[in-house]
Amino acid sequence: MSDTASIEIDGRTLEAPRGAMIIEVADRHGIHIPRFCYHRKLSIAANCRMCLVEVEKAPKPLPACATPVMDGMKVRTASALAAGAQKAVMEFLLINHPLDCPICDQGGECELQDVAMGYGRGVSRFSERKRVVADKNLGPLIATDMTRCIHCTRCVRFGEEIAGMPELGATGRGEHMEIGTFVEQAVDSEMSGNVIDVCPVGALTSKPFRFQARAWEMGSRDTVAPHDAVGSNVHVHVMGGRVKRVVPRENEAVNEVWISDRDRFSYEGLYDEERLLEPMIRRNGEWSACGWEEALAFASRGLRSLVSRHGADAFGTLVSPNASVEEAYLLQKMVRGLGVSDIDHRLRDADFSDQEQAPLCPSLGCSLAEVETRDAVLLVGAWPRKEVPILNHRLRKASLAGARVMVLNPADYEFNFRVDGRIVVSPDAMVDALASVLSGSAAPAELCPGVREVVDGASHSEDAAAIASTLADADHASLLLGPMVARHPEGALLRALARALASATGASLGQLTEGANAAGAWLAGALPHRGPGGRSLERPGRDARSMLRDARPGYLLFGIEPELDCGDPALALSAMRGADFVAVFTAYRSEAMSRYADVMLPIAPYAENSGTFVNLEGRWQSFEAAVRPPGEARPGWKVLRVMGNVLDLEGFDYLSAEEVRGEVESLVEQAAPIRAAWRSGERTPWPREALCRLGSVPLYAADAIVRRAPALQQTRDAAFAGVSLNSAAAARLGLEDGARATVRQGDACIRLPVFIDDRLPDGCACLPAGVPQAAALGPDIGPMHVTPA
Amino acid sequence: MPYDAPIASLDIRMPMSRVEAEGLLTPHTREEIDHWAAKYPAARRRSAVVAALRAAQHQNGGHLNEALMDAVAAYLNLPPIYVYEAASFYSMFELRPVGRHSVSVCTNISCMLCGAESIVEYIEKKLGIVTGESTADGRIYLKQEEECLAACCGAPMMMVDHVYHEHLTPERVDEILDALE
Ligand code: SF4
Ligand code: FES
Ligand code: FES
Repeated sequence: MSDTASIEIDGRTLEAPRGAMIIEVADRHGIHIPRFCYHRKLSIAANCRMCLVEVEKAPKPLPACATPVMDGMKVRTASALAAGAQKAVMEFLLINHPLDCPICDQGGECELQDVAMGYGRGVSRFSERKRVVADKNLGPLIATDMTRCIHCTRCVRFGEEIAGMPELGATGRGEHMEIGTFVEQAVDSEMSGNVIDVCPVGALTSKPFRFQARAWEMGSRDTVAPHDAVGSNVHVHVMGGRVKRVVPRENEAVNEVWISDRDRFSYEGLYDEERLLEPMIRRNGEWSACGWEEALAFASRGLRSLVSRHGADAFGTLVSPNASVEEAYLLQKMVRGLGVSDIDHRLRDADFSDQEQAPLCPSLGCSLAEVETRDAVLLVGAWPRKEVPILNHRLRKASLAGARVMVLNPADYEFNFRVDGRIVVSPDAMVDALASVLSGSAAPAELCPGVREVVDGASHSEDAAAIASTLADADHASLLLGPMVARHPEGALLRALARALASATGASLGQLTEGANAAGAWLAGALPHRGPGGRSLERPGRDARSMLRDARPGYLLFGIEPELDCGDPALALSAMRGADFVAVFTAYRSEAMSRYADVMLPIAPYAENSGTFVNLEGRWQSFEAAVRPPGEARPGWKVLRVMGNVLDLEGFDYLSAEEVRGEVESLVEQAAPIRAAWRSGERTPWPREALCRLGSVPLYAADAIVRRAPALQQTRDAAFAGVSLNSAAAARLGLEDGARATVRQGDACIRLPVFIDDRLPDGCACLPAGVPQAAALGPDIGPMHVTPA
Repeated sequence: MPYDAPIASLDIRMPMSRVEAEGLLTPHTREEIDHWAAKYPAARRRSAVVAALRAAQHQNGGHLNEALMDAVAAYLNLPPIYVYEAASFYSMFELRPVGRHSVSVCTNISCMLCGAESIVEYIEKKLGIVTGESTADGRIYLKQEEECLAACCGAPMMMVDHVYHEHLTPERVDEILDALE
């Protein structure tokens, strides 16, 4: 039997894969069949009956979404029988549907409206009372008008099958059936906003977008989301020069048809009142707005004078990993053109000792789509659900397909899929834990000195050995190192152990970087030890941490808020405050910034900028600006281009962002291969009497835009509760749930509420990083003292 | 900056722990749930929801509440919404306190044609309550109209505490209801 069937739809003979449903085949060939409950990414429910079609020899019309094709099948989608059935179903669906299209946000892009146009009657024969359903409060992101619900259950299936968090359900029955959470609660998935798109009617709509614009009034522009290294493709909907909302743009290879809530709702942050709208300079302690010419001249003079006094050590440049390839490239070109060598984008990293041996740029080790086909994955220091939600979705699919996903984490994080192996240890014990996985592996690993000693000293554990053997037994295994590894003071050692484990077990090794364009920043040369395309440098500079520890006379900041974006905020702030001259390229002007900066140049954030991001699988994705930046703000690459000329530097005469991209691409193409050979790092002594701080960056604290997006800030993921530790540690320290504690790191000392969280291992206290409450503290992974206040 | 914005009307619900659930369910209820859960494969615990709810309702004198539904969910390790769906779908589950004896009159087509509506009217007048209410003494609960109970041959009919009574007349109704404790 061949695996295709030959069928006929509306007189066209088509080849179709056996087992496919009629609707899939029709869709593939552009034959339209109306539908509501069918969604190609969800399971088949066949409950709306809108897709009824006539199938020859079948006595009654059949649902196209649930009828598999058979050889010789003849389908008619618009025959009298089919059309009659579709009309009748439409009439039933409209019985209880309100006629409130004029005030419904879905109006103009409503599947029910469209289908009613095609299949509905002009007049209703239903004169009884329509039912009314009370709205639900689903939290700050999703608005509900449940009377409009047609019970297709797409949202219910989305929660169960895609988000992995069944929160919405159908309660009651018959005429009393309602979609909701039953008890009032917010839906709490990091992908929840997708129900807005899957809902075919206006029952579930975007709360921040409510009543903002009609679908037909907005223009749609394509761009790439800037908050994580997936680079989800999005459409930005624009009206009157403002971003009104963001929706997914289908790209099977990247984000499929989904986006995370962070990518969907962050646009609100573009309109924060702290947006910097004009260049500003500070003279004698007073800030004043000025024109671009004056500001660039002021900034250039400032940098030049630092260089003339201090030479190559004049200033440190910190660039956001969200800067585009073009921006990162031009920035390093400008800085190096001035003869200065301190530049870095690895703001939260803590251990740079193995940077010479690092590959050309960090990557996932396989494509995003391939993640689904892994059969074993070990996550180290990673919680992709709250770091890279779309990657988590791929991992979830792998797990549902039978992959064994295992974790070695500093907290027992919740996953929305089965986890087949779990080691939870305090950050200071991660090296030993990973070493015991390696020592539990049957295959002998080639170990460099330093790593060998750690492995020899590792304790044996059953769990660790089981993880090693699962990795070794798998045909396609992956080891993924999360942000907790990059930020770890023993990061190099962890990477060396991971490298050895990967080679011993045949697993691929990947890194989950923070920011949208860390890989692009590596390639563009926003690094102290390598130029663009991995070029070696005559005079390497200081890394992000050293240029703060070893305070510089000046700083140049690009798109960052050091007290929130750097791994050691206290250190960053004191370096900024102590500097003679600080120039910042920024979209926002904050209180803190007004105190340490000397000149602020307004640059355009995401949606207002064109450029390129390289995502975690190495995919270059270019995008255009969707709207003009407000006020005098300008795209960063243009500002850098002009500033290069103001500084009289060679080679700053680009006409377009593409030209800059072209230059980086050719440098990358010519890159000499780098033999990545992770070397061992140093062990860090951890003070016995202190706790180890676990400073993970919350989902909605990732960057300056997200931090200013009000709806996201009202979600549970953004709630800041204080410092948490497990009950054993709390009891030992005399701390009670809800009481206040004094938290000390080095000289920094703050008071915060305590809460008990038994997902944490003993010896570790969690205090999130990237939030203002922690902006005065020290390293996000490091010793911390917590005492009763 | 919006950080310190209050968590707007956002009820943060923590799932009930298994320990808490075990505290809410009596040993007998748990035994009953275990008995039913054992009949299904481990990955199909959801199949035991109806039996578990029946046991929980029984322990609570004939109705369920949110805490009990959450306890059933936690005990079976299911998302609570699965339990809410089943409890609110099936008419044998009560989600608020009701009278001791449950009376439901069928008003589906056969019974309706044979006068079910006047039977309902008679009972409502007799008890001084409307359908869906319980008598003040907690004796009788006049349940929501039932759909066809598959006794059309004896229409009009009603069910009192799982017992069918057919060929109803006002006199039969008096006899039956007055005999209830
Ligand atoms: S709320 Fe929307 S998606 Fe959910 S069942 Fe109703 S119509 Fe379908
Ligand atoms: S689309 Fe086929 S029944 Fe709903
Ligand atoms: S209609 Fe009443 S029992 Fe069937």
